[in-house]
Amino acid sequence: MDKPATPNSFRTGPDEQGMFGIFGGRFVAETLMPLILDLERHWNEVKNDPDFKAELQNLSTHYAGRPSKLYFAEGLTKHLGGAKVYFKREDLNHTGSHKINNCLGQILLAKRMGKKRIIAETGAGQHGVASATVAARFGYPCVVYMGATDVARQSPNVFRMKLLGAEVRPVTAGHGTLKDAMNEALRDWVTNVEDTYYLIGTAAGPHPYPELVRDFQSVIGSEARAQILEQEGRLPDTIIACVGGGSNAIGMFHPFLDDRQVRIIGIEAGGRGLDGIEHCASMNAGAPGVLHGNRTYLLQNADGQIMDGHSISAGLDYPGVGPEHSWLRDSGRVEYVPILDDEALEAFQLTTRVEGIIPALESAHAIAHAVKIVPAMDKDQIVIVNLSGRGDKDVHTVASMLGMEI
Amino acid sequence: MTTRIDRRMAKLKAEGRPALVTYFMSGDPDYDTALSIMKALPKAGADIIEMGMPFSDPMADGPAIQAAGLRALKGGQTLVKTLQMAAEFRTSDNETPIVLMGYYNPIYIYGVDRFLKDAIASGIDGLIVVDLPPEMDEELCIPALKAGINFIRLATPTTDDKRLPKVLQNTSGFVYYVSMTGITGSALADTNKVAAAVKRIKGHTDLPVCVGFGVKTAEQARTIGANADGVVVGTAIVNAVANVLGPKGEKTADPAEAVATFVSGLSQGVRSARLAAAE
Repeated sequence: MDKPATPNSFRTGPDEQGMFGIFGGRFVAETLMPLILDLERHWNEVKNDPDFKAELQNLSTHYAGRPSKLYFAEGLTKHLGGAKVYFKREDLNHTGSHKINNCLGQILLAKRMGKKRIIAETGAGQHGVASATVAARFGYPCVVYMGATDVARQSPNVFRMKLLGAEVRPVTAGHGTLKDAMNEALRDWVTNVEDTYYLIGTAAGPHPYPELVRDFQSVIGSEARAQILEQEGRLPDTIIACVGGGSNAIGMFHPFLDDRQVRIIGIEAGGRGLDGIEHCASMNAGAPGVLHGNRTYLLQNADGQIMDGHSISAGLDYPGVGPEHSWLRDSGRVEYVPILDDEALEAFQLTTRVEGIIPALESAHAIAHAVKIVPAMDKDQIVIVNLSGRGDKDVHTVASMLGMEI
Repeated sequence: MTTRIDRRMAKLKAEGRPALVTYFMSGDPDYDTALSIMKALPKAGADIIEMGMPFSDPMADGPAIQAAGLRALKGGQTLVKTLQMAAEFRTSDNETPIVLMGYYNPIYIYGVDRFLKDAIASGIDGLIVVDLPPEMDEELCIPALKAGINFIRLATPTTDDKRLPKVLQNTSGFVYYVSMTGITGSALADTNKVAAAVKRIKGHTDLPVCVGFGVKTAEQARTIGANADGVVVGTAIVNAVANVLGPKGEKTADPAEAVATFVSGLSQGVRSARLAAAE
């Protein structure tokens, strides 16, 4: 494949067909096609509607707690002895992660469309909790599909969803992870077309989801950009975020894409190493293919069957990635590198001890990469890591990895 | 250019009865058994064969076809083997139309040009690719039409009159009307509504309209067939295979025979369908 020519701007996608270069698109069953076109119509109406923006802004401020802080991680900076490390504190948002940004936007969209029922898929449970939260706030019944493996390893989040009034339906197909949950959510949607809004949690799926999720999450990067200019008087040298489906990363990256001097790094789940099949590094070890409504990099075999993958973190345990990331990878604007389970676990413990912040295992992947590159950088350089979520949900997983009982 | 599908549909129209379109999963539970099932279908009264191409993530399918696909993949089925199976079938039957049905990714990974070339060589007549709506026609539909393979589109209850022309535009062979919103194998929709929908589609096209999703019995085949050009049965046939497999996948009876018995019953249903229409 030819490398695409460097565009004048990296921020203009997708095109009218929902494509980012060869990636993205609308690969869905005919039953869903009219629904997706209807969603696109409503999305195009609201995205420049001042009333919609004002309502979202109000909720973001008073309900979710935005803007999230840009925090100078002095303890980690001293420990690493290189560039200054900042954390974008999405972990401080209501519900404990960046997921609320997208859920607030989409629930307002669902309300505009007159939908009566919310469905969602979830991996780590962060999106499930955020969906159940906005459904409770706006009075919608909510069904969350969650892989059975994830139900077991993220039990605190399962309980939170139930408290919030959502029905959690465990999915036993495949390895019982995010991919299988997404299949089941699509099956629900194709069955309940009249009244149901599918609240996708990541910047993937058929157009217009990758675009609208990105736009709702771009508040992360827009704030971070303004905050670093205010606090340091200049842009950062490097920004880092973890990539599962990639919604926190695209939200962080998108406002910086045309700042060519800013190095942008996305972190994939390297699991137990890229030599075998126990990882979720689709952009480092996969190939372009079509799944869940879009063309993107996927972990798959030579026959085009999708592999299950593995990650210590349920939120990164997905064999694909949002299509815009695939395009950014091929265009060379963003680097994507893997971090192993063990490296993430170490970064999780380090951050807890030197910063007094328990990061989500997903976010710990991004921190782990900072731990690798920061010591070799100059002291006047700046790195921003997106701390996409808090790690309370992961304490059981970490305890068992460390051989402890709680 | 007329295809085996066109010729078969014209013949059935002359006979005054709807087509029985039968779906089976290629490679379920293994290659040899699936081939024997395929060979048994026309003898039992199937007019058109739909060969399921197994996929790891069949998003529009219910539990029965999901399980069948997984059995096939576990048995080592690949797209290469599915095409090989069609070619083997063709050595003894050069008349029964074969339609491949499945999802796009295995074809995309195989390579569209190479796939179309090999599909023609294997005697494939049509394609149903669930996750390629008209918006994505450039991917496979247009190349398939140019290569002389029918691209059969699904029309659904959500496909309104405004959208129908777009769905029908590059469709050939027949139109597959999905009787309800949902996954394969769900309960059959109200037959009056189905009849009205078929009439609505026929207002937009001269192509035959076959109805599927939810047809499980000979009686349902007869009722649906009264107002359609064909009746598609899938899940119930896949279940006939599953019913003779033990908990570890061992055969408790001959799957080909089980399928043949079931399809013979369906066949009697569609053959009396026009009587139903006259009642």
